[in-house]
Amino acid sequence: MVEPLLSLKNVRAGYGDAMVLHGVSLDVRENGSVALLGRNGVGKSTLLMTIMGYTQMRGGDIVWRGQNIVRVPPHGRARAGIGWVAQEREIFPSLSVEENLTTTARPGKYDLAAAFRMFPRLQERRRNMGNQLSGGEQQMLAIARALMLNPSLLLLDEPLEGLAPVIVDELIAAIKLMNADKTSAVVLVEQHTDIALELTEDAVVLERGAVAHSGKSAALANDHATLERLVGLRVAAHA
Amino acid sequence: MATSTQPVTPQLWLRQQCRWHPLEIVFWLSTLLPFFLFPNYLSLASQIAITAMFALSLDLILGYAGVVSLGHAAFFGIGAYGAGLFSIHVWGEPFTGLLFGGLIAGIAGYITSFIVARFRHLTLIMITLGIGLMAHEIANKAHSLTGGSDGLQGVKIQPLFGVFKFDLYGYVAYSYSLAALFIAFLAVRRIVNSPFGLALRGIRENWTRMPAIGADRPAHIRKAYTIAAVLAGFAGAILTQTTQSAALESISFGRSADVLVMLVLGGAGRLYGGLIGATIFMVARDQFSGIAPQYWYFWIGVLLIVVVMFMPNGILGGLSYIYARWRRK
Repeated sequence: MVEPLLSLKNVRAGYGDAMVLHGVSLDVRENGSVALLGRNGVGKSTLLMTIMGYTQMRGGDIVWRGQNIVRVPPHGRARAGIGWVAQEREIFPSLSVEENLTTTARPGKYDLAAAFRMFPRLQERRRNMGNQLSGGEQQMLAIARALMLNPSLLLLDEPLEGLAPVIVDELIAAIKLMNADKTSAVVLVEQHTDIALELTEDAVVLERGAVAHSGKSAALANDHATLERLVGLRVAAHA
Repeated sequence: MATSTQPVTPQLWLRQQCRWHPLEIVFWLSTLLPFFLFPNYLSLASQIAITAMFALSLDLILGYAGVVSLGHAAFFGIGAYGAGLFSIHVWGEPFTGLLFGGLIAGIAGYITSFIVARFRHLTLIMITLGIGLMAHEIANKAHSLTGGSDGLQGVKIQPLFGVFKFDLYGYVAYSYSLAALFIAFLAVRRIVNSPFGLALRGIRENWTRMPAIGADRPAHIRKAYTIAAVLAGFAGAILTQTTQSAALESISFGRSADVLVMLVLGGAGRLYGGLIGATIFMVARDQFSGIAPQYWYFWIGVLLIVVVMFMPNGILGGLSYIYARWRRK
């Protein structure tokens, strides 16, 4: 058995006194892709932030390439190769698009040209300041910026939330390109369950801070009973 | 296509920022004017230079790193008492006294920076306020060391370079504090236009993102906070040396609040904001207190409200906005 890239072992974490994750275990393979599903408030974003080191751990281990990184601060995890695209996007408002990308760049496959190939719209907007972008453009910039770190693992927190359908299609195409590149593993949190399952190989469903289901994305996409039970009506309406 | 223009590398951008603007040269030349135009106000000019240096140190953490402090006078006061005690117990040579004041303020800053770097918003303001209040009460209580509310007595400072005596008119005092301010300014200017300075601005704009792109946020804040404490300590030391005394006021909450007001008036995060703010504040205090000694803060209050309402980036921010609009026409 090959050692997983990232392995969570019975992780318990939260914010202050509020515990959100009650013993989550999951593995991410090198270049693998995992959809993280579940209803609102089950701890999907918290799980990503815990991998990044932004929450308080109460127990369990996070193992990255065979090393326990529970005590490594967020910047250390970023340097080790974990890239995180937050729900809030967090663009630097006073930097231009190009500056937002180049200030964070680390050497690797994704450089400015590659980022612009993936998101041509960003090239058109390269001189715009971070606060002069639409929501969709900000999201593209946030993903492109994370890619410029050339991470081994990319954590995407609801990249399609609140965006126009045209932009959603553009982002889906970009994520597919990224998956095809096979340079980085992806953990994708997404409310659009059908899209998330289409974009990933494996799926994990959380319920009340614990793993309620884990399996292949393709299998779960056809398992309407489980989806309806754990994720809700949204999928049933789609199916 | 825009590809014909040269891409801006971080190094190139920083070098552009380092260039001196003609207005800056005018500004620094004008700091020499008091010697010729207001020879009776050199003591005030010296106070302004010292306060400007103190405001500059606050600008480094507040204007650049976004660390709001309501207790910055702690380091000013430690520097002030440090230099005073050094002159009493060691010797009265001013430069070593100055270094000593900055050093112990820096040590205090480094120790407290470990708490400061972990918090922000209201928590941070309360923590820095607490540090300031504690420092004040320690100075008040340690009567045998500091003289308590009577102030530190018996400070004797030798002439600068063994030649220039600190005189009543303030020629030497203003020369000394202005030179120190200029050197401190050069240092801070260099710091904020370095990659480290950019990281501080990144922390101010985007607290959570900086660690996610690999920046050690707590370490950056600790470094900036310690440097700011050293500079504040220098400013305090110079105040003691030029006035040959150290008062409890130098470590009081009032001084922490005043310097914050000056920086906000002048414009935080633009290097000159603290200098302009300190000048306006000190001159206004001098003039208004001549009219009604008890009530001059009333006018500072009015000025503060008007400025933050109509010029959210301070007087300097407002001026640069007008200047930019005028240039576009």
